[in-house]
Amino acid sequence: MDAMNLSTHISSKFNEELELVRNEVLAMGGMVEQQVRDALTAAVESDNKLAQAVLSSDARINEIEMRIDEDCARIIAKRQPTAGDLRLMLVIMKAIGDLERIGDEAERIAKVALESFSNKQQKDLLGNVDNLGRLVLAMLRDTLDAFARMDVEAALKVHQEDQRVDREYEALMRLLMTYMMEDSRSIPKILNVMWAVRSLERIGDRCQNVCEYIMYLVKGTDVRHIEYEEMEEKMRGDEEE
Amino acid sequence: MTENTTPTPRGAFVKAEELSKPREKLNLSREKIKLDVQDLRLQYGKDEALKGITLGIPEKRVTAFIGPSGCGKSTLLRCFNRMNDLVDICRIQGKILMDGNNIYEPDVDVAELRRQIGMVFQKPNPFPKTIYENVAYGLRLQGVNDRRTLDEVVENSLRGAALWDEVKDRLQDNAFGLSGGQQQRLVIARAIAIEPEVLLLDEPASALDPISTLKIEELINQLKTRYTIVIVTHNMQQAARVSDYTAFMYMGDMVEYGVTNDMFTNPKEKQTNDYITGRFG
Repeated sequence: MDAMNLSTHISSKFNEELELVRNEVLAMGGMVEQQVRDALTAAVESDNKLAQAVLSSDARINEIEMRIDEDCARIIAKRQPTAGDLRLMLVIMKAIGDLERIGDEAERIAKVALESFSNKQQKDLLGNVDNLGRLVLAMLRDTLDAFARMDVEAALKVHQEDQRVDREYEALMRLLMTYMMEDSRSIPKILNVMWAVRSLERIGDRCQNVCEYIMYLVKGTDVRHIEYEEMEEKMRGDEEE
Repeated sequence: MTENTTPTPRGAFVKAEELSKPREKLNLSREKIKLDVQDLRLQYGKDEALKGITLGIPEKRVTAFIGPSGCGKSTLLRCFNRMNDLVDICRIQGKILMDGNNIYEPDVDVAELRRQIGMVFQKPNPFPKTIYENVAYGLRLQGVNDRRTLDEVVENSLRGAALWDEVKDRLQDNAFGLSGGQQQRLVIARAIAIEPEVLLLDEPASALDPISTLKIEELINQLKTRYTIVIVTHNMQQAARVSDYTAFMYMGDMVEYGVTNDMFTNPKEKQTNDYITGRFG
């Protein structure tokens, strides 16, 4: 975090406020990560209780999101942050939106898991998401680590990981479609599983968003909606000057 | 069927085509430079207050100098109308070109220079005269005594300084009866009455309350269509609000000079970043 020199303001109260809001974001990230992990375990291992727990934790994440927004609004109003401090506020407000949506995706996966307890076939199908789930979970963890360290290199790397997620997603989709063609009676169940797969893929995209915010935060350059090569150049290019 | 002409709330929004146009960004290299400072060095006795400053002040823009106390920003501002000439121990090297002519050439008429480059100070300094005479003072010095001309200039200047409506019924009152914010706008009216080309503002709002400060800032915004404005301010948010370009100075050096919008979101230099975000330098 010292890449951003958060704790070097003349006003120690300002340091504390920034430190607090940053810790809240990290805590929220931890909760969301746990939620995704639990949802996956619930889906793959058919754990009914765990799936229920995921559904009930969503309200808390929503609360934390609102609380962090409030903290940021107060800091902006009272401190008029500039430069890196301002970017930190902007990035936090955007990142927690993505984190909250990742939580929503976890909730959807948990719902699919719950439905499959009464259904042997859907249960078996859900076992297929294990591999994709691991990839996405690793990506989420690396994203949160990159945020905690304000690490541009790590953010770039995680951003690339999404390609693997996408490949796995497509492979899984092909597999599920083959099942559909083999047995049209199973289509409703397979569609349910597809929801879960789709949710996992979306989590990867949201992680990418957060990585882009990290790059903006540290370098001050907007890297959204550009090719990876250009992004890499913008992040690494100016270091050789 | 007649077309529904009721204006929708969306009617007031920016058109989609407008949004997709690339935003026009300020660029120093495309500006016409009004004041060109070239390797300016200034010493008070043995102390070097300006250590070789080079920058161009663009015409009809607002340029702000920011930096901690003693960094040389006010000293630099004073160089623009040769106010430092009045300090005995002061030695100046380098050039300041206004429209291509060095204002430090020996044959420059300093009184004429100061007519072209007006200055407003931190504390309002109206003369102990009526409001009317304060504004007319510069013209009277130039030998203008025609009542009609004076009336016209006084009204225009007071309007230009956004003060006319507040004082039009008491032009013959003493200027000291005005509030601090009004006095400061009166001083600005006095400065623009003689139609300068450049206005130097040294902490123009630091002695004023927030509302008067906003009025001064609004005034600066209006004045920049006609004058080149250079402002020194300790209030960073003010610099961010009113200026097009910002120069950050530290210990007699120009650390960073660029478009204000960039400076306050993504400064290039660490020293600038530390200063504007309130960190230990």
